[in-house]
Amino acid sequence: MIIVYIEAVNGQLKKSSLEVLTYGKKMADKMSSSVAAICLTSCDANAVGEYGVGKLFQVNDDKFNHFDSKAFAKAIGEIFNANGGQILVLPFNQNGKALAPRLSVRLQAGLVNGANALAETSDGFVISKNVFSGKAVANYKIHTEKKIISLASNSIPAVKNPTSCEVVTAATSITAADFSTKYIKSELVSGDIPLSEADLVVSAGRGLKGPENWGMIEECAKILGAATACSRAVADVHWRPHHEHVGQTGLAISPNLYIAVGISGAIQHLAGVSSSKTIVVINTDPEAPFFKAADYGIVGDAFEVMPKFNEALRKLKF
Amino acid sequence: MNFLVCVSKVPDTTAKIAFKDNNTKFSSDGVTYILNPTDEWYALVRALELKEAAGAGKVTVINVGSSENDQYLRKALAIGADDAVLIESADDLEPFYVAKEIANYAKANGYDIVITGKETIDYNSFSVGGMIAEFMDAAFVSQVSKWDMNGTTATLNREIEGGEEVIEVNVPFVISAQKGMAEQRLPNMKGIMMAKSKPLTKLAAVGGDTFVSINKFDEPKPKSAVKLFSVDEVEALVKALHDEAKVI
Repeated sequence: MIIVYIEAVNGQLKKSSLEVLTYGKKMADKMSSSVAAICLTSCDANAVGEYGVGKLFQVNDDKFNHFDSKAFAKAIGEIFNANGGQILVLPFNQNGKALAPRLSVRLQAGLVNGANALAETSDGFVISKNVFSGKAVANYKIHTEKKIISLASNSIPAVKNPTSCEVVTAATSITAADFSTKYIKSELVSGDIPLSEADLVVSAGRGLKGPENWGMIEECAKILGAATACSRAVADVHWRPHHEHVGQTGLAISPNLYIAVGISGAIQHLAGVSSSKTIVVINTDPEAPFFKAADYGIVGDAFEVMPKFNEALRKLKF
Repeated sequence: MNFLVCVSKVPDTTAKIAFKDNNTKFSSDGVTYILNPTDEWYALVRALELKEAAGAGKVTVINVGSSENDQYLRKALAIGADDAVLIESADDLEPFYVAKEIANYAKANGYDIVITGKETIDYNSFSVGGMIAEFMDAAFVSQVSKWDMNGTTATLNREIEGGEEVIEVNVPFVISAQKGMAEQRLPNMKGIMMAKSKPLTKLAAVGGDTFVSINKFDEPKPKSAVKLFSVDEVEALVKALHDEAKVI
């Protein structure tokens, strides 16, 4: 049995959860196995069925309203073991990054954290993942009987494959004593698309000359329904908030489209974005290293190009 | 309060990544190694700041790796750590056993707070911190950008999708550090001199059955050359993104 761990916000499944549902269904088909999902909070079972997973272990317990890696890992491990789990799939998101390693120890299961493709099962159980910040791919063989895969976001597109979903109410032994952290508050950046989940990202750097010039970047993001990002240089001088910083020390992202405006493409920046599917670079310097990593480019001044770019986007379909 | 800070050595950010033995092993020929940036800049420096603020306790740095890694631990001592532990093993020991060694050391020596960087920049696995916590049956908070202590209680900001969450946790706990937690400290001459006489203990790793291993490395798929458009062809670029790349 393949079991996928999914998460919902206000009952709606996160995009990364739709991807792991798709992944679990594909692995089950490939291995002639079955697949089920675990959700520790309430979520829409129909949505689970829509992505091809016909069984949902649902825990209805208010204790799980706030994330705690210790209690959550224990609960997931219990349900996984009680239902004959062999392969556990989690999203490689903020929570998944904390849960998967814990579960590797708890279940004595080999882990590939950040997998980017389906497992190959012709010779053992082998899964690829990006290493050296996208400069290479490593093929990991998992030797243990139980296996854990956490799936990097945007590695496989979520695919609908509708089936009916049976909801099984799952019990756990978790008590308040299993929780080791106390939730105080969350500070969300309102109205924005979370950068880590975004399909489309518009990013800018020092080439914009000052924070007052970001209007055209935000406009572009709005037309596209994209998230905004920035280089380290501009986050460090507070032109843009830190949570927008992508790169080696910031967030690593892999959207379908990454548009870089006025960013030279230093190796530390590329480390965070090079696994994007399509990269567009707009820069005045034809020698900017970013052009070597780009799919499309314009050598030109952002102040001249962006208004035209936004106008063309609007004309296209928006 | 005693802090155990886990530090890795990793190829320098600008190092050429190459492989040998039919692409089964990383080639370290000509590679310069550095302390993993998030370990050094954030985990270590914040532990030092909190120890200094408390006016008591110590900061120990620990590495699991080859016997030559003492030079990287000496750098951490020069930045300000009080002592260092090197658990000798192969450099490519898998995260499960690295974590097990560190957790065993932490438990045996009474460390209630263990800190790692959020990830190492070589294998990008985000794994060791969570594994240590599970071995210690302790709390684990990942990707922490702000960390304050009040007695034995920590207040932490952790990254979540689209923002941050503020939580409190009591010792024992493990956290993984990211940008925002502290600013890089450069070792000064006094620190470098003092580092030479600070204690550095060497122990031997135990290891165990393989959980995961790397079969083979691949180069990333080569990028085709960039398609350039002139400033007057912006509409053609948008059309290409729509019709050819099919991303908008």
